[in-house]
Amino acid sequence: MTALPTDAPPYNPEAEPFWAGATEGRLVLPVCDACGHHIWYPRSWCPVCQHESVTWTALSGRGTVYARTILHKAPGPWSAATPYVVAYVELAEGPRLLTNVVADDPSSVGIGDPVEAVFVPVTNEDDTPVRALLRFRPA
Amino acid sequence: MSIRGKAVIVGAYEHPRREIPDRTIAQIHREVAVGALADAGLTLADVDAYFCDATAGFGPLTMAEHLGLAPRYVDSTETGGSSYLAHVGHAAAAIATGKCRVALITLAGRPRTGGPPPGGAARMGGTPEAGFEQVGIFSPVGNYALAASRHMHEYGTTSEQLAWIKVAASEHAQHNPDALLRKVVTVDDVLASPMVADPLHRLDCCVVTDGGGALVVVHPDVARELGRAGATVLGHGEAVKHTDAGRVDLTYSAARWSGPAAFAEAGVTPDDIQYASIYDSFTITVLIALEDLGFCEKGRGGAFVADGALRSPGGRLPFNTDGGGLCNNHPANRGGMTKVIEAVRQLRGEAHPAVQVPGCELALAHGTGGALSTRHGSATLVLGAWSR
Repeated sequence: MTALPTDAPPYNPEAEPFWAGATEGRLVLPVCDACGHHIWYPRSWCPVCQHESVTWTALSGRGTVYARTILHKAPGPWSAATPYVVAYVELAEGPRLLTNVVADDPSSVGIGDPVEAVFVPVTNEDDTPVRALLRFRPA
Repeated sequence: MSIRGKAVIVGAYEHPRREIPDRTIAQIHREVAVGALADAGLTLADVDAYFCDATAGFGPLTMAEHLGLAPRYVDSTETGGSSYLAHVGHAAAAIATGKCRVALITLAGRPRTGGPPPGGAARMGGTPEAGFEQVGIFSPVGNYALAASRHMHEYGTTSEQLAWIKVAASEHAQHNPDALLRKVVTVDDVLASPMVADPLHRLDCCVVTDGGGALVVVHPDVARELGRAGATVLGHGEAVKHTDAGRVDLTYSAARWSGPAAFAEAGVTPDDIQYASIYDSFTITVLIALEDLGFCEKGRGGAFVADGALRSPGGRLPFNTDGGGLCNNHPANRGGMTKVIEAVRQLRGEAHPAVQVPGCELALAHGTGGALSTRHGSATLVLGAWSR
């Protein structure tokens, strides 16, 4: 099985603390300073209560599979990686996020399974790491 | 204030072709516009309001110029494949408030033989969530499969039950000479087709077709002058559902909100509906919408469809009698337009005789546009028979 492609994410200064954390191997999300909501996808304010400030907070990186599909067809460089798992993972802290669960046997990944975050480096052509992508693996 | 009975669909036209390599998308817009206006007994010169999605250049600016229109009201609400149902509701509201009298709605695209894909990668690149959803989903099927997996987990829904939706659509499509797929299939055929995005098989997916369609919505006074049968707009509802900052629940759609709004405005209940066009990008799209619209309890959609409920005639809720997106047509990867067109055919008594619902007076058309598991728009119309 070929590893999943690591497409570089578009530059998004609003979410820089998330990307900086991922690059250091930590799952960092904004937590609302007013209502305490853990916000996914990362934003610099709270879309739940509209409060203007958040605290970027390192989370456990642990969660469970909430929903999952196994893709058997994909275009371009993703084709070689099929079959692969796309899932919603529910983090221990609450939010559900769309992600990949990387497993040797995709069919072994089921709803309710415990998973943990992994951070996959995205490298420039000169091999300097610029970012890391958040994915998960069975825990 | 309500739009109930304030506007009438008097023109409906579905492009008869499913592969159109020899036309530009703008040309197809014009063909379906002329077709729907001719169906109504009108011409482009009668149009004073224009509606389209955001995929053609600058939307209504580009198309008004191309079609030679001088609209006094335009709307390019973009909710993916459900856009055109929303457009009908917005047209009715504009007519009810005197903003216009003859509204034209068009759709066109060429995803089968070429042309830019609506909602494709270029348009998605600048969206705020883009960097956080690079998970290898390039076709909507993966997104819809996630919802299917969760529905199965929570309610015990099975692939066999989902397959019955495709079976009913194929039974209807055999009577439609224009349908891309006219072969009747069985539950076993669906289950034996290749798995595309587990748990969805190839035959759980809609067709990919070129083509388009158009609608003409007018003031009742105009409808009376024309003398053509049509569909009165009785109720409209629309809603958006998204990932809600991480609180997404995949077991329901925005139909949970658009449906009750449409029923309330029309003053009817799901039990009153004689025919339903339900957006069928994938089988799971139908199942979840049926539950959210109140045709059965949440979680009971599997049992509902496996009981033959969707067959026409004779089922509890005859659906998609043209063969739907699953078998007939899904022009421009956007199935909402054809949902309205087939509902108009049913209310006029002009569906194929083999699938016409006898005495059809009250119909529902429902769209689910965008991506079910991330962000989508639902739009629901309740339509009544209009006879001159």
